[in-house]
Amino acid sequence: MAKPTIGVLALQGDFEAHEKALARAGACAVQVRTREDLEAVDGLIIPGGESTTMLKLLRREDLFEPLRSFGETKPIFGTCAGAILLAKEVTNPAQESLGLMNIGVERNGYGRQLDSRIVRLRDGYEAVFIRAPIIRSVGEGVTVLARYGADPVLVEQGRHLVATFHPELTEDARVHKLFVEKVAAQ
Amino acid sequence: MYMNDEFRLKVGLAEMLKGGVIMDVTNAEQARIAEDAGAVAVMALERVPSDIRKEGGVARMANIRVMREIIKTVSIPVMAKARIGHFIEARVLEALEVDYIDESEVLTPADEEHHIDKRQFKVPFVCGARNLGEALRRIAEGAAMIRTKGEAGSGNIVEAVRHMRTIQKEMKQLTVLGKEELVHESKNLQAPLELVEWVAEHGKLPVPNFSAGGIATPADASLVMHLGAEAVFVGSGIFKSSDPEARARAIVKAATYYRDPAKLLEASEELGDAMPGLDIRQMDEKELFQTRGW
Repeated sequence: MAKPTIGVLALQGDFEAHEKALARAGACAVQVRTREDLEAVDGLIIPGGESTTMLKLLRREDLFEPLRSFGETKPIFGTCAGAILLAKEVTNPAQESLGLMNIGVERNGYGRQLDSRIVRLRDGYEAVFIRAPIIRSVGEGVTVLARYGADPVLVEQGRHLVATFHPELTEDARVHKLFVEKVAAQ
Repeated sequence: MYMNDEFRLKVGLAEMLKGGVIMDVTNAEQARIAEDAGAVAVMALERVPSDIRKEGGVARMANIRVMREIIKTVSIPVMAKARIGHFIEARVLEALEVDYIDESEVLTPADEEHHIDKRQFKVPFVCGARNLGEALRRIAEGAAMIRTKGEAGSGNIVEAVRHMRTIQKEMKQLTVLGKEELVHESKNLQAPLELVEWVAEHGKLPVPNFSAGGIATPADASLVMHLGAEAVFVGSGIFKSSDPEARARAIVKAATYYRDPAKLLEASEELGDAMPGLDIRQMDEKELFQTRGW
């Protein structure tokens, strides 16, 4: 079948790193900044960056509701800030979110930049955490795919995928491949 | 390139700030306004550059109590400025757990020969540069982000443009040179051969390259991003304008939609007055911040 076209929300953040990771995973990547851009893609990545900045731009540019409806039928993969935006509940501080994933997330869960870290997870993923959130609760329908210590760090719910770390900042394309498969399966 | 895990984390945070606006703030109230407007980070300093220029005297690291309030007030990264070469101010800022340190020419230099050995720190550093040699020397010292210097506090974009164009042109030139020519260029640039070779191969800096110094309007932000800046720092441009909230929001919008003229038009409307600007050509060499740094 034809390569799926996957959008990367390019309001702010490491969207270029995601575009490169998608190319490594064998997908076409395009930047998404408007509703028209969103309508043209089969799946979407919400990249790392500042969730507050992305949220404000989504609201001001009338993209918040279109993005939520997009997620009701199409796959979304969120990393770090993307995980925060997809979560049902956000704390530290409380913040509005798309609520597409049945998880509760604490922002800056490990602390400040000095607490950022790179670790090897049990299944060989190199996980880059940068001022990362922690998934504090996992609800019905959510499957934990990887943990760092006790904390879920890679989870899926149906067509959606969330990582609190940054696979786009490593050479390992497995997580992006997993998402490309989800999009292709739709 | 010494891309060990510690350096990857430092560069990693800079990656997360791309496409965003980092705003100078002097107190918690301004930090809140910046965060509400959509800033990706705030930069804490005691006075904005245009006030430093006007009032003169020695400009130092910001007041600790004020920085603590800023850290408590916002959830976005907090950066802070240290004087060039003042590795103790930097140690204090690291102990305070700021997220990035700007070893900045806007403050009064503490050392007129040496910059901070930034490799000795766990906290990441950003440094200013006017040309490729300066940028690579700072990276060799451990800077994980470069910002072109421009002329801080001037409200005049001309120096930011000059510095971004200079660095881009110097990088392009390296990409067509042979190995022995790169050895010679390394001497001309006064920068390590390893970094010169890296730039020649990739055509870009090994760390993110942001722009600073003179950005006062949404159009200014878009301009420097077209020239190659991956994000922008705005200093006096916001809180010295007539309506800081509106201007901060507009510059955030312009950084995201820098290639979309219709959005830039929207961002440029109903903004009130920009900060007053200075003609760099009328200024004495001694008044310039950009010539600090070696």
